[in-house]
Amino acid sequence: MSLRKPSVLPGFGLTLGFTTFFLSAIVLLPLAALILAAASMPWSELVRVVLSPRALGSYRLSFGASALAATINVVFGFVIAWTLVRYEFPGRKLIDALIDMPFALPTAVSGIALTTVFAQHGWIGRYLEPLGIKVAYTWLGVTVALTLISMPFAVRSLQPALLEVQRDLEDAAETLGASRLYAFRRIILPAVLPALLTGFTLSFARAVGEYGSVIFIAGNLPMKTEITPLLIVIHLEQFDYRGAAALGMVMLLISFAVLLTINLLQAWGRRRHVRAAH
Amino acid sequence: MAATLPRPELISAVAADAARPGQHTWTSNLVRWCFIGTSLAFLAALLVAPLATVFAMAFARGVEAYFASFADPDTAAAIRLTLTTAAVVVPVNTVFGLAAAWAIAKFEFRGKSVLITLIDLPLAVSPVISGMIFVLLFGLHGWFGVWLQEHAISIIFALPGIMLATMFVTFPYVARELIPLMQQLGNDEEEAAITLGAGGWLTFFRVTLPKIRWGLLYGVILCNARAMGEFGAVSVVSGHIRGLTNTMPLHIEILYNEYHFVGAFAVASLLTMLAALTLAVKSLVERTGYRRR
Repeated sequence: MSLRKPSVLPGFGLTLGFTTFFLSAIVLLPLAALILAAASMPWSELVRVVLSPRALGSYRLSFGASALAATINVVFGFVIAWTLVRYEFPGRKLIDALIDMPFALPTAVSGIALTTVFAQHGWIGRYLEPLGIKVAYTWLGVTVALTLISMPFAVRSLQPALLEVQRDLEDAAETLGASRLYAFRRIILPAVLPALLTGFTLSFARAVGEYGSVIFIAGNLPMKTEITPLLIVIHLEQFDYRGAAALGMVMLLISFAVLLTINLLQAWGRRRHVRAAH
Repeated sequence: MAATLPRPELISAVAADAARPGQHTWTSNLVRWCFIGTSLAFLAALLVAPLATVFAMAFARGVEAYFASFADPDTAAAIRLTLTTAAVVVPVNTVFGLAAAWAIAKFEFRGKSVLITLIDLPLAVSPVISGMIFVLLFGLHGWFGVWLQEHAISIIFALPGIMLATMFVTFPYVARELIPLMQQLGNDEEEAAITLGAGGWLTFFRVTLPKIRWGLLYGVILCNARAMGEFGAVSVVSGHIRGLTNTMPLHIEILYNEYHFVGAFAVASLLTMLAALTLAVKSLVERTGYRRR
């Protein structure tokens, strides 16, 4: 067995065999079916489905709202992470635990709850209505839903990075006469930059594929408030498997690209971390 | 792709502040309260208000109407279906997670990082796609559609499809909870047990399992919460047949769209309590200090 280092522990063949078998059966083969289904389409038909005006409209909303949600999450995620790491106040532990709520809460529940809160007569919607801001059933609602479900990813990326900011550097900057903003820009921001970018990418990745919470709060109007996952479902409901597979392929490729970006960002962050330790 | 979670004892750098000069100046206090205020306002609007709404709406017509909504046969059927699905999916994914963690954490072999990436794959895929791939395989116009119909086997729009889609979506949770934990705990004790003559299974049950039990518990509970709450993937494969293939989240959608708000939010309140329980277990597990990354 030159493929692995020798070990006295038993069970390598059994566990690795079971893992690869189960992984192939449940994950890899079904995903391969999608790729094959999209690949077996005539090129012209594939392009027609993927670049149809309705599909383009859905990409604009899905990617635009996800990018906006990820940006909001990076900004507020930084504030929340900073608050949790640097300050002591009553209820800090509870809030820290609550950050993971969107991760554990079913998306259908967040969907109907957010819609109710931001609807015309909802707890928050009623104060936005007189200002002329409509959230529910618009692209804003889509952004709010995507912000909620991807929020933990931004906060949890930033928390460990903020912990490792070297406080003595901040102190040194302050004693040397740097202003707080200058110290923030030159010491804290560079130190947490990899974490900020990772948080953005993780939030974005989670938001792009989201379906459950969005369909309740979006109006689901073609070209306006229709996200790409919903368009896939509509194709499937019309038994247009090939159209659905083509759109699914687009989303899958983008997910892989994002996944690759995350891995590269995390490797970059680790390298910087190692360098900083020396 | 789930968030990496810091160790609880490190979450706050507050303790180190006691000896720092110039901490309580006028500006530093202003900045502090701006940060805390912004955080609380953001979380209140986005997180606390929706959570409170779930219960406010569920109890809008009183306690009796709340409990009456569970007497509805379709609601009861949805709860039963969700419990059945979780009862199959969670144990299977737990066994997989244990096997994967043993292989990855105990041995060094080529292609390990590829294997870890592939295990995480379902987390990167949209839930809609997770459901669609099974429709492409087993649906009427899918690859095995005709064969399945000839043999009168239904997978899509039936229980097996729901289970498969749920299994795909919750596939990585136990594994990715256990792999870093077991890697960190090391192999010394297992190697000692084997060298002293214990068998593989005995070593696993008497040495490894007690070490990882808290991490395992959280992985299983998270997997369970995600399995019971999955919406997108199950929605694609279920066919939404009332009382037959409607899980709890799908039933919430139907009740909500029919303006049965008390019913919809009553079912939603059960899933919200499950999510709260999951987070409570996570906090407890972190406090025991077993879960470290």
